[in-house]
Amino acid sequence: MTEKKQPQRNPVERILRMDRMPHIWCPGCGIGTVVTSFAEALRKEETDLDNIVVVSGIGCTGRVAGYMKLDSFHTTHGRAIPFATGLKLANPKTKIVVFSGDGDIAGIGGNHLIHAARRNMDMLVILVNNFNYAMTGGQVAATTPIDANASTAPFGNFEYPFNLPHLVASAGGTYIARWTALHLRRVTKSIQEALHRRGFSFIEVITPCTTLYARRNRLGDGLNLLKYYYDNSEIQHNADTKDLDITYQGKLIVGKFVDKEKPTFLDAMNQHLSKVLGDKYTPYGEVK
Amino acid sequence: MTEIRFSGYGGQGIIRCALIGGKALSIYGGKFSTMNQSFGPEARGGACSSQLIVSDERVLYPYITRPDILVSMSQEAYEKYQNELKDNGLLITDTDLVKPKTERKNITHYSVPATRFAEELGNRIIANLVMMGFFTAVTKITTPDVMKKALPGLVPDRFLDLNKKAFDKGYEYGLEVLKEKTQ
Amino acid sequence: MKKSKADPKGVLTGSHFMDGDYALAEGALAAGCRFFGGYPITPSTETAERFSERIPVVGGVFIQMEDELGSIASLIGAAWGGLKAMTVTSGPGFSLMQENIGLACMLETPLVIANVQRGGPSTGLPTLTSQQDMMQARWGSHGDYEIIALSPDSPQECFDMTIKAFNLSELFRVPVFVMTDECVGHMHEKVVIPPAEEIEIVERKWYKGPKDKYLPYKCDSDGIPFMVKTGQGYRFHITGLTHDERGYPLLNAECQKINVQHLIDKIKNNADKIIEMEEEQIDGAEVIVLSYGITSRVAFRAVQQARKEGIKTGTIRLITVWPFPEKKIEELAKKVKAIVVPEINAGQVFLEVDRCSRNKCKVVSVPHLGGWVHNPDDIFKAIKEAVK
Repeated sequence: MTEKKQPQRNPVERILRMDRMPHIWCPGCGIGTVVTSFAEALRKEETDLDNIVVVSGIGCTGRVAGYMKLDSFHTTHGRAIPFATGLKLANPKTKIVVFSGDGDIAGIGGNHLIHAARRNMDMLVILVNNFNYAMTGGQVAATTPIDANASTAPFGNFEYPFNLPHLVASAGGTYIARWTALHLRRVTKSIQEALHRRGFSFIEVITPCTTLYARRNRLGDGLNLLKYYYDNSEIQHNADTKDLDITYQGKLIVGKFVDKEKPTFLDAMNQHLSKVLGDKYTPYGEVK
Repeated sequence: MTEIRFSGYGGQGIIRCALIGGKALSIYGGKFSTMNQSFGPEARGGACSSQLIVSDERVLYPYITRPDILVSMSQEAYEKYQNELKDNGLLITDTDLVKPKTERKNITHYSVPATRFAEELGNRIIANLVMMGFFTAVTKITTPDVMKKALPGLVPDRFLDLNKKAFDKGYEYGLEVLKEKTQ
Repeated sequence: MKKSKADPKGVLTGSHFMDGDYALAEGALAAGCRFFGGYPITPSTETAERFSERIPVVGGVFIQMEDELGSIASLIGAAWGGLKAMTVTSGPGFSLMQENIGLACMLETPLVIANVQRGGPSTGLPTLTSQQDMMQARWGSHGDYEIIALSPDSPQECFDMTIKAFNLSELFRVPVFVMTDECVGHMHEKVVIPPAEEIEIVERKWYKGPKDKYLPYKCDSDGIPFMVKTGQGYRFHITGLTHDERGYPLLNAECQKINVQHLIDKIKNNADKIIEMEEEQIDGAEVIVLSYGITSRVAFRAVQQARKEGIKTGTIRLITVWPFPEKKIEELAKKVKAIVVPEINAGQVFLEVDRCSRNKCKVVSVPHLGGWVHNPDDIFKAIKEAVK
């Protein structure tokens, strides 16, 4: 390994656009740690980086695509998944990773999320959940726990938040995990696993938003939030996804909940059309 | 330029009549033709209609304004559209399904028991082809061969022969009717 | 510009009796389109249906997306994945697509959108015709940008212009709209599809240089940057933010000026090459009837009547509506008494004609709010009134 001969350089540097550093994320923000896990997973798996494509939407996590030294697309708010769908179908040999935030993927892009899961579209979605719309100043989100304060929920949130693993599992996702920014090795391992899966993989990572969510709710700094994760998260692999609701500063059930195989969109399309059309049909974009 | 309206009720193959006529005339008959069908509220309810414009030059205005020929395969369609038929126009009806109420003096009327003939041939679904055969004979708009050339692709392959038979039945009946008329 | 002949696989050579909606799909397949992402909407669904049946046997992929927001996003993705991509829609779906039409412009992504126009606003007249989205095609997304829009008047032109649309989209790396309407979309006429070797196709402008030297937005001498597709080791970055040559965000007025001016200039500076129109009896005309799409066929009846009555009437049929033939109208306005503009909307392209005429002649709008084509008499009356 050439990296070992250059100990002064971070081994994930070849995966990051170092010419774009420093990044825009706040001190104590958890997005960067998830990026590190992602880069680490790619490094450990010795993946052909030329074949990895990262797609982000808009928001703090939406900036991830811009920092990855990979084919990378920073798209529009909510539309990373359908954009990624087109990329995958047009060029099936590539491995698509959608890296974006809770507001982007589960809020404005929620419909795309469930439909991509339903189709078992072959992609890995890494959703960084910081419980609020951070880029725009800490507004309430579809993931904000009840009672948490947000700039558009100044008296506390009273809307039920999404239980994302349950949502994606119900829609048909085939690999589903949740971790926090504290579980970096676990996140890395999950990404490593998911990179080998074919189908719709979904990893939710709960991260601290120190500048907005934590400050508004007087939860301290990044370290305090990591302490909260440490004290309150409980690893329950294969937990029933309907039991994964998140309450304000309550218990966080993490782990790998779903890991199964079923034909992807392209597999199903090729199998079905080959069966019906016979010789008239040449299977599309088969990945050897 | 000839403006034609085919009319009847849903399921009789009224749209297909205009498609067959339009395809035959524009691709095999050396004419220009434009075919339209009613979409939307007008297409709901009992009466179903399709329009065909046939011309020696390119058709510009895309819809019929006053048809030269009205084909009606149901009483409701006949009543809905008979007023718009041009003076000296041609009315073609299914003998058993349309009873013209007041005979317009300034039009020519031919009728064919298209549905009955189709039933005799084994399937009422081909009544529209009997009608197209009859229509071809009495309008002399083109030759029967040109019309029949248009059928592949517009009728199911396995029923192609039956459809041709229905067309011929209508066409022969049309020639007889014309003969009687001139005698 | 690299040209080639159409791939025979997608070309259904022969004479067909076909509606405009089907012809859009056949034009796309002939042009090499191998990705369709769409959402059903009347009166454009027949195009999607045709694609779903035809594209699997020509080696492409069809996907019915969850909505039009997703459809257009999937198209941009597919284009960067290396395919030629198309969608079809109508008013309400076109509205939803505006967001990512902006992204397609910003990313300089070649793709084609057909809009089979129906009456609006809102749900309006789902099954009945209009030309009410002409201005939306031009200005529908936010910010400053330029696009290309074509207006076919027949199923044959739906076929021909979709090929043209793909070629222009590759040439200028811009979304191109085929702005047809319900009447043409649902009308059956003869469509002649030529042999593949007679169909000229513009190839994508692929970058072939060293991998680490690729700059996604560095313009070539013709003002158009080179494109790559994913999975080839270029490790490029693309963003909808204002960006520099590297594709990196650079959020300041200087970069915005270069970035946005380029999006405008690449179309504006090539307008003469892009614009196509049909003119008839322009010389010596006292009045011009300017129309596009189905309305030009309807207007011709009025034109014939006017000529019969001795009014020297010329016609212009816009084939390209955007970019608009500004110079042509300005010159024409100096020579004629009036320009009459019938269209199936409250007067949209009329506004452009009026602006470009610079008050040198009378410009008369003949609006029709949709649901049907004009009564040619109304256009005739307007011609008569205009030359009084």
